[in-house]
Amino acid sequence: MGKSLFEKVWDAHAVRQLVNGQTQLLIGTHLIHEVTSPQAFGMLRDRDLKVQYPHRTFATVDHIVPTNESVEPYSDPLAQGMIEELRKNCANNNVTFFDTNTGRQGVVHIVGPEQGITQPGTTIACGDSHTATHGAFGAIAFGIGTSQVRDVLATQTIALNKLKVRRINVDGTLPPGVYAKDVILHIIRLLGTQGGTGYAYEYAGTTFDKFTMEERMTVCNMSIEGGARVGYVNPDETTFEYLRGRPYSPKGAAWGAAVEQWKSFASDTNCTFDDVVNIDASHIQPTVTWGITPGQGIGIEESIPAISDAPTQSERDSVAEALEYMQLEGGSPIKGKKIDVAFIGSCTNGRLSDFQEVAKYVKGHKVAEGVQAIIVPGSQVVAKIAEDLGLDKIFIEAGFEWRAAGCSMCLAMNPDKLVGDQLCASSSNRNFKGRQGSPTGRTMLMSPIMVAAAAVTGQVSDARDVFGFASAGV
Amino acid sequence: MSSTPIKKVTGKGVFVPGDDIDTDRIIPARFMKCITFDGLGEYLFHDVRKTESGEDKQHNLNDPRFAQASILVSGNNFGCGSSREHAPQSILRAGYNAVIAGSFAEIFFGNSTNLGVVCVIASDADREIIASAIEAHPELEITIDLENHKIFYGGQSVPCEIKQGARDSLLSGNYDPLDELLEGADEVSKTAGALPYMQA
Repeated sequence: MGKSLFEKVWDAHAVRQLVNGQTQLLIGTHLIHEVTSPQAFGMLRDRDLKVQYPHRTFATVDHIVPTNESVEPYSDPLAQGMIEELRKNCANNNVTFFDTNTGRQGVVHIVGPEQGITQPGTTIACGDSHTATHGAFGAIAFGIGTSQVRDVLATQTIALNKLKVRRINVDGTLPPGVYAKDVILHIIRLLGTQGGTGYAYEYAGTTFDKFTMEERMTVCNMSIEGGARVGYVNPDETTFEYLRGRPYSPKGAAWGAAVEQWKSFASDTNCTFDDVVNIDASHIQPTVTWGITPGQGIGIEESIPAISDAPTQSERDSVAEALEYMQLEGGSPIKGKKIDVAFIGSCTNGRLSDFQEVAKYVKGHKVAEGVQAIIVPGSQVVAKIAEDLGLDKIFIEAGFEWRAAGCSMCLAMNPDKLVGDQLCASSSNRNFKGRQGSPTGRTMLMSPIMVAAAAVTGQVSDARDVFGFASAGV
Repeated sequence: MSSTPIKKVTGKGVFVPGDDIDTDRIIPARFMKCITFDGLGEYLFHDVRKTESGEDKQHNLNDPRFAQASILVSGNNFGCGSSREHAPQSILRAGYNAVIAGSFAEIFFGNSTNLGVVCVIASDADREIIASAIEAHPELEITIDLENHKIFYGGQSVPCEIKQGARDSLLSGNYDPLDELLEGADEVSKTAGALPYMQA
């Protein structure tokens, strides 16, 4: 019987079984940021423990950095305190820190891959639930709490239960105007926000085979929104080509050996899965969330669900709660809802290809009056390349604000926040109540192109109509 | 760190209705600009409890009848979303030490167990009964009995579930795994030694 990538990577990193039956699992690569690590370093100090494998922890600052001021001290003293604490903790413990002055700072899930730190067949943990992003490379990557950040710092391991594996096959060609973001929103809509609890998701099929690394990262990134702590794609030539020549990628003779080893981690063709789901790519539509969980999504042509459509009382309660919060009427079309803010960025969709795709279409368009539209590169590396390509000028000409790298309005721990009950078309990953910084702020998740279409029309729109996809021959 | 075994949790309850109570709702991100967990209890469910101008909303969590509660009762998929340990930390620091829900998001469940916050699953019907009982008698004492997989209230009981490993850890007082992980240091270095990418 063959093994899945999950089982192979798990077995290679399983240290021993613990008394309660959990596995002591080696965490090969540990990524940290300013929000969930300072308490962990504090716990280490309290117990007089040191960082056991400092060369396997990498830090950056992303959640609290302002995207419109670069000179310290920042106007928010709490944010300034957090960045300084991280600097101090990294310096005292010999941890590599991609600080704001390195040209390599950014959202932790964008920095890891672009530096070549994220590699196939590895285990990666970070105090952030979107860590599954790194699974795009065939790594087993997942979010952990701060006490576990402490455990990794002190022992390079955590206590974990083995997951089941659900294979999700997406086959065929996506229709024009349908992107990786729509694929994952569609999957979560189909399987629910808790469908993945207890599972690792293995994404496969011809659609994934053809995806670029950045598209695979977009899908893996939102695994947790479907309840799956881990999501991954088997490594292939696309993976190896992406990693070739990156700062932390193996060099010289070590490169060939690494590629051979990476290939060996891919799921065997004769392995079995705990569950298999098959999806036809041609059925996926540009998808927009109307509610307050990422599972509450519909195709752009569909109507918002009515309370009476839900089969059970608890689902009817959920729909009613979401409609009330979002100020929407069940049964009405989603298209045409007026927006106030457009946000393109985040660890889901803040990579170069996202900006290249948007730039291609917004050229010649203008952001609608009354809409604030911001574009936030996921890292300083992304920002630099985008600026070298002149994308920033295209965005600014179209009326978008081009900002500095960070998490920004995805979770609004920096000054980028919704005000009051503003409605935001957002390329991020969560539409929870209050997620974007205002307790009554409203979020609709969608692909970057759909955000751009909403920005230039001032309302939720079908990007295929706005930008004339069919004629552009995408 | 070996801690006191947790076999039972007894206290008064409060019902927080709704499925998919996410970690942003438990502790909004803007309150995480801190370098310790001290003081997080104050912000538990902040936006559920307060209006934008800072006044109390009408909610069980603001109702003086439930002010003594130490057990939260809620819906399905409790704790979904972020991996922030700030969520169970704020629950603990606000004086709650157990959650009864229909199901839990995985990362939240693990984070809570590590802190000794007991998370047990009860059916929709049973949680409804408990919620009604609390509503009728806020002073009602509830006991979560981990050894017997039961929730006792007012002379009655309903079954509850918890993952075996978490239950064992709580019962034996080994829910914080750090000491046991530290003991494995030699084996960790062997496992690491076999992986090329782990070499300095």
